[in-house]
Amino acid sequence: MFRNQYDTDVTTWSPAGRLFQVEYAMEAVKQGSAAIGLRSKTHVVLGCVNKANSELSSYQKKIFKVDDHIGVAIAGLTADGRVLSRYMRSECINYSFTYESPLPVGRLVVQLADKAQVCTQRSWKRPYGVGLLVAGLDETGAHLYYNCPSGNYFEYQAFAIGSRSQAAKTYLERRFENFVDSSREDLIKDALMAIRETLQGETLTSSICTVAVVGAGESFHILDQETVQKLIDSFEIAGGEEAPAAAPDSAAEGGAAAEQSGATDQGAADQGPAPMDI
Amino acid sequence: MESNQAKHGLVGPNDPIQRTQYPYVTGTSVVALKYKDGILMAADMGGSYGSTLRYKGVERMKPIGKHSLLGASGEISDFQEILRYLDELILYDNMWDDGNSLGPKELHSYLTRVMYNRRNKFDPLWNSLVLGGVKNGQKYLGMVSMIGVNFEDDHVATGFGNHLARPILRDEWHENLSYEDGVKLLEKCMRVLLYRDRSAVNKLQIAKITEEGVTISQPYSLKTFWGFSAFENPTVGAEGSW
Amino acid sequence: MTKQHANWSPYDNNGGSCVAIAGADYCVIAADTRMSTGYSILTRDYSKICKLADKCVMASSGFQADVKALQKLLAARHLIYQHQHNKQMSCPAMAQLLSNTLYYKRFFPYYSFNVVGGLDNEGKGCVYTYDAVGSYERVGYSSQGSGSTLIMPFLDNQLKSPSPLLLPAQDAVTPLSEAEAVDLVKTCFASATERDIYTGDKLEIVVLNKDGICREYMELRKD
Repeated sequence: MFRNQYDTDVTTWSPAGRLFQVEYAMEAVKQGSAAIGLRSKTHVVLGCVNKANSELSSYQKKIFKVDDHIGVAIAGLTADGRVLSRYMRSECINYSFTYESPLPVGRLVVQLADKAQVCTQRSWKRPYGVGLLVAGLDETGAHLYYNCPSGNYFEYQAFAIGSRSQAAKTYLERRFENFVDSSREDLIKDALMAIRETLQGETLTSSICTVAVVGAGESFHILDQETVQKLIDSFEIAGGEEAPAAAPDSAAEGGAAAEQSGATDQGAADQGPAPMDI
Repeated sequence: MESNQAKHGLVGPNDPIQRTQYPYVTGTSVVALKYKDGILMAADMGGSYGSTLRYKGVERMKPIGKHSLLGASGEISDFQEILRYLDELILYDNMWDDGNSLGPKELHSYLTRVMYNRRNKFDPLWNSLVLGGVKNGQKYLGMVSMIGVNFEDDHVATGFGNHLARPILRDEWHENLSYEDGVKLLEKCMRVLLYRDRSAVNKLQIAKITEEGVTISQPYSLKTFWGFSAFENPTVGAEGSW
Repeated sequence: MTKQHANWSPYDNNGGSCVAIAGADYCVIAADTRMSTGYSILTRDYSKICKLADKCVMASSGFQADVKALQKLLAARHLIYQHQHNKQMSCPAMAQLLSNTLYYKRFFPYYSFNVVGGLDNEGKGCVYTYDAVGSYERVGYSSQGSGSTLIMPFLDNQLKSPSPLLLPAQDAVTPLSEAEAVDLVKTCFASATERDIYTGDKLEIVVLNKDGICREYMELRKD
């Protein structure tokens, strides 16, 4: 049978110029339950879907406060996400100990990306299997970044990661132009709508999602369940049964595959575009 | 040889650890105040080697980045070393090129850490530093001493300035000083210092920092009048002493 | 050139006095705002009071650089605590942390004299008093700093707290009302300012009670 000869360690290139281990790590991000983020001029909202591993267990926390002005939402290996958010917290504390002012978001994101990059170049290491949406506020305004296991990072107006995130992305792509001037409430509404898109017909309730906000005059905090439920009720966006506005899920999944080329299909893997180009 | 090494114990090599135990070339007071549009700072240009006036053109105030101004009294070489640290810090800050920058508040905090860390190593930087600046419409004026004591105030002065200039500043300073009045007030302080501080010299600079940036004046001297009777015959009325 | 050994000390005493009084459901913490070195005043408006947690406040005098380092360290530790436990540190916990922090530097001490005031887990006022190397005790009231030799006996006289030697142990909180305690603190400082040159300029008073935290100021002699 065909077996991929180039994916046994991170430091081995494939002849097509790809690093399969790194791509597998990025696959891990897609396996995790969805996380979304969007921002206006003054606020950033993060949201995520809470998925319990079994009927008997509770869900894992996917949104972390890093500092008063920064928070993250993660998708992928939650354990790796916790390690990285602990790193980010200590960087923030160290910076404010020295300078008595908050660490600029973009700089933290670069440090984080550099940390992830090291794992793609050491034979004895493994890339982090987690994608992070970093939301934050600094003197240049509100920011939303996506950090990838490959060490790449991107700034976004709005973005979604994790399973079925393509549906949320489609929703966000249709509406992102209005986000810059959105009010905080509209931003949260759009966040909830985007989360709903990833639910595949399931009803949106406060127990199935977490929403967090950071913005001008508002330090990063996770909204409590009650508040979220009230918002869902007031926006009448529970939805569920009526067909969601976005494309059917099968098509959404296909879109994701086309964009990022599922590298798991080993036979054809070498032909697809390198996913690190996103 | 072995016994020689034993004598030096754990520290090892024969060369002693070098630390600044006393200053060599020193600058005297720095005086600074907030005024309507920013910060004004004054310092003379003397560099004393003990009681010898060794250097006469030492610049003791320097701009740091876009928003800050640093003045120093004490050991000149230590000050110049601090400037090298700050140059590197600002360079790396600029290299991010992300619209964020270190303001006077951040630099003051950083300098406090530097001074305090060095005192913790029993290897102090022998300076009193004055940091002024304006960023986002906020005026900032603070001080750090060689052992890390730090504070903010509307007007500050190092060394002799704290004794001679600050009482004047407490009397005459107010929030809405114009540039001209601010300079006049600083010159009054510097003149008193010139009269009464033996290491002060009559060649000084005045620096200004506003939202627009830093300007440091060319060196100039103050008009002085030495004809006061107390100057001409200081012991008059001091009968009974020698 | 004859070398004049300008010997230096890693320590300075920047002066100042601190007082804390615990009541049944409140705590008053106060300190003056003068910062001096030797016979000179460095600034007339420097706060010696630091909020360590929602229900925990520290007033410190001594060497300002050490005090500031201590405050920043505790603030950082408190942030870590909040990240790990998702809640504010309680006042007794913070008091223990301060003790450990001071003792950790036993052989190069923080030259700082602290009182911690706050509300304990039952909402009762609590005061902890320290020496520079970390030994501490929970008391009903205390004073630290350059004016403490003047203030402490006055508080002993006025508050007449039950002896700590009594068995069974008596509650140390003062019977005063909150307003009476604030007045007493003002009197303490007005008097200490008369005789202690390191105390003066302005008094900062922080009151903690079930409604939260509030701050007031009173002018003191400036000479």
